Amino acid sequence: MAVAFDEMNIPGGDLRPAYQELARWLKETPPEALEYRRQEAELLFRRIGITFAVYGDSESTERLIPFDVIPRIMSGKEWTVLEKGLKQRVKALNMFLRDIYHGRDILRAEVVPEDLIFQNPVFRPEMNGQQVPHDVYVHIAGIDIIRVDAEDFIVLEDNARTPSGVSYMLENREIMMRLFPDLFARHKVAPVERYPDELLSALRSVAPHGASGEPTVALLTPGVYNSAYYEHSFLADKLGIELVEGRDLIVKNNEVFMRTTEGVKRVDVIYRRVDDDFLDPLTFRPDSALGVPGLMSAYAAGNITLANAVGTGIADDKAIYSYMPEIVKFYLGEEPILKNVQTWRCREPKDLAYVLDHLGELVVKEVHGSGGYGMLIGPAATKATIEAFREKLKREPEGFIAQPTLALSTCPTCTASGLAPRHVDLRPFVLTGSKNTTIVPGGLTRVALKEGSLVVNSSQGGGTKDTWILDE
Amino acid sequence: MLSRTAENLYWLARYVERAEYLARTIDATLRVTALPAAYIGKTNEWDSALLTAGVAESFYQTHEEANEHNVVDYLSFSADNPSSIRNCIEAARLNSRSVRTALTSEMWDTINSAWIELQEVWSKGTSTREDLAKFLRFVQETSLRFDGSAYRTMLRNDAYWFSRLGLHLERADNTARILDVKYHVLLPEEEHVGGPLDFYQWSSILRSVSALTAYHWVYRETLKPWLVADLLILNGTLPRSLASCYDNLVRNLDQIGVAYGRQGPAQRHARGIRNRLEHSNMNDIFQHGVHEFIQEFIADNSRLGEIITKQYLI
Repeated sequence: MAVAFDEMNIPGGDLRPAYQELARWLKETPPEALEYRRQEAELLFRRIGITFAVYGDSESTERLIPFDVIPRIMSGKEWTVLEKGLKQRVKALNMFLRDIYHGRDILRAEVVPEDLIFQNPVFRPEMNGQQVPHDVYVHIAGIDIIRVDAEDFIVLEDNARTPSGVSYMLENREIMMRLFPDLFARHKVAPVERYPDELLSALRSVAPHGASGEPTVALLTPGVYNSAYYEHSFLADKLGIELVEGRDLIVKNNEVFMRTTEGVKRVDVIYRRVDDDFLDPLTFRPDSALGVPGLMSAYAAGNITLANAVGTGIADDKAIYSYMPEIVKFYLGEEPILKNVQTWRCREPKDLAYVLDHLGELVVKEVHGSGGYGMLIGPAATKATIEAFREKLKREPEGFIAQPTLALSTCPTCTASGLAPRHVDLRPFVLTGSKNTTIVPGGLTRVALKEGSLVVNSSQGGGTKDTWILDE
Repeated sequence: MLSRTAENLYWLARYVERAEYLARTIDATLRVTALPAAYIGKTNEWDSALLTAGVAESFYQTHEEANEHNVVDYLSFSADNPSSIRNCIEAARLNSRSVRTALTSEMWDTINSAWIELQEVWSKGTSTREDLAKFLRFVQETSLRFDGSAYRTMLRNDAYWFSRLGLHLERADNTARILDVKYHVLLPEEEHVGGPLDFYQWSSILRSVSALTAYHWVYRETLKPWLVADLLILNGTLPRSLASCYDNLVRNLDQIGVAYGRQGPAQRHARGIRNRLEHSNMNDIFQHGVHEFIQEFIADNSRLGEIITKQYLI
């Protein structure tokens, strides 16, 4: 594996301009002071109750995501490029979804193979020909970005279903401002705090046509036991909207209402953090207790907006991912600004042969997996694990894709033995309303805290950092 | 507001109030049992602690007899007792998490900190009397902080009123239960009125509803059983008296009724109970039978809980 691109240091001893002030500050600050603030940050997170649950872990059902106090910094110039690329990508995602569930030009042009859509379990035939309000499918996207050199931003993954993590972007900033006011005074950091406002106006803008002038928005959560519950309650609070569970909603005459102490009240837009499968037991999984019976018929009748729309999984599926550069070109006639990671589609015999020959070097992912579960990291795996995976791969090649083991960029991070480089990625959040697409300058930087590790997922021991975009 | 939110706020307040009441009950029982046997007679005070907590039946399914060790553990820490202090705090935290958006950050902080302390400091229970005293103080302070932050930081809207309904309903139930278990020592026909035995029983009752000092201020008298009963049942100035709880319940229900522009069975039922208390005096109550009076009250009070649930919470 090549030496990773470092966000702060240029090989040869120089610093990248965006990090010069931070480096100076670090030199002036004694390590004990840093350690003290680190502990203080942890205490704050715990008191506020910013926790997440790890599935399959009965020991402690609520955990803190480790927070690293060294910010990850990006220059305004770099951000401008990234922002443009993100808008382009999300626009293409929305056009692709609209096309897949309507005219299907892209299939007829044979840019994307048909069976990849129709045989895909995340494709929702219920959405065929269904008009979604204002033609927006992906209102909230979280695009995972990595860097391997100074020039390029590479998309690791599109998250177009119910991406999470934005509460960490906001809380990390709050806590950093509380703990390091001096450091902020020495930088011009673009603020992120308007995210909730932008989200609310995006959600209001996509209300169905029959809604009142002041549409009612609610956030639908699976409940307190969901791993991202803290985020759901945090956002509902910041947006000033009700946090509802399935049992709080009822459908009458194809309209959606919430049960309140004063009787029922109509809901126009649902920011749902419940997966498609659980939304409506009458349409999807009949055993779902999290959903709302009849919700899909209200949706079909055009009386409710769901954000994100149902069926967006077909756009962020890992098998579709490898076609994203072609998808961008097809709809927009532009070259993609953000690159893709080179991807071998195991469904194609030539690619599969290559992957089986190079398992020791590659990262192999389940097409439908997420959260870092069920993937093989070749260079870090034992022989036995690789052989077991080989069998799985042969049995069901269409279930997997493979990518080279990328040297994610590194950023200085607090470790037991002082500051050391650790691998990071970045998830910016892209909001699409009826009129425009906006991105708050920043995002969630995730960091792999273990030395050499490339897995940044919080469920696998990753941490987070505050992300600073300098306003030059 | 969402019915589920109102329900969570209502129960949150009930759990916190119940935890405090249990802590007071244990505290008061410890004091009585520390006295030489001659002062307290042959009654098993730990048994009556279980009765006032309303968990005697479930306790005796797994225990032979009640003593300090097993009752303190059962009321404070037992996972098997659904209304142990630990389970109350756990349930309060769970309710708080479901309604974070309706709580002020001060209220959340109180419950969350208590929950963290429960796990970090009290996960193994208590081993000494000093430890236990510290634990009981922690529970009472949590309740005071919670109540205080609700009072000082919440908007005066339905969220506040529903949380107050839970508090006063639970409080009325607790005060009534202690009277229900101890009514026999309050009966005036008992012969040894004023003997040392009763004195400690009465002061113990007062202590468990934090009214010992209040008694002296109100009556400027030595402890007399009918005055103890009068204070706990009819005196509107004592925050834990039945009358005072019902003044508050009626007021909070009225506020909700005005805000929603509609009165209902809950308002009528609460007013009915309050009127009965207002038009009673201790003579009548003793004539009628204290025990019967209290039992009727407990039934009426829990009926109000059901009516509120039906009218607003589901």
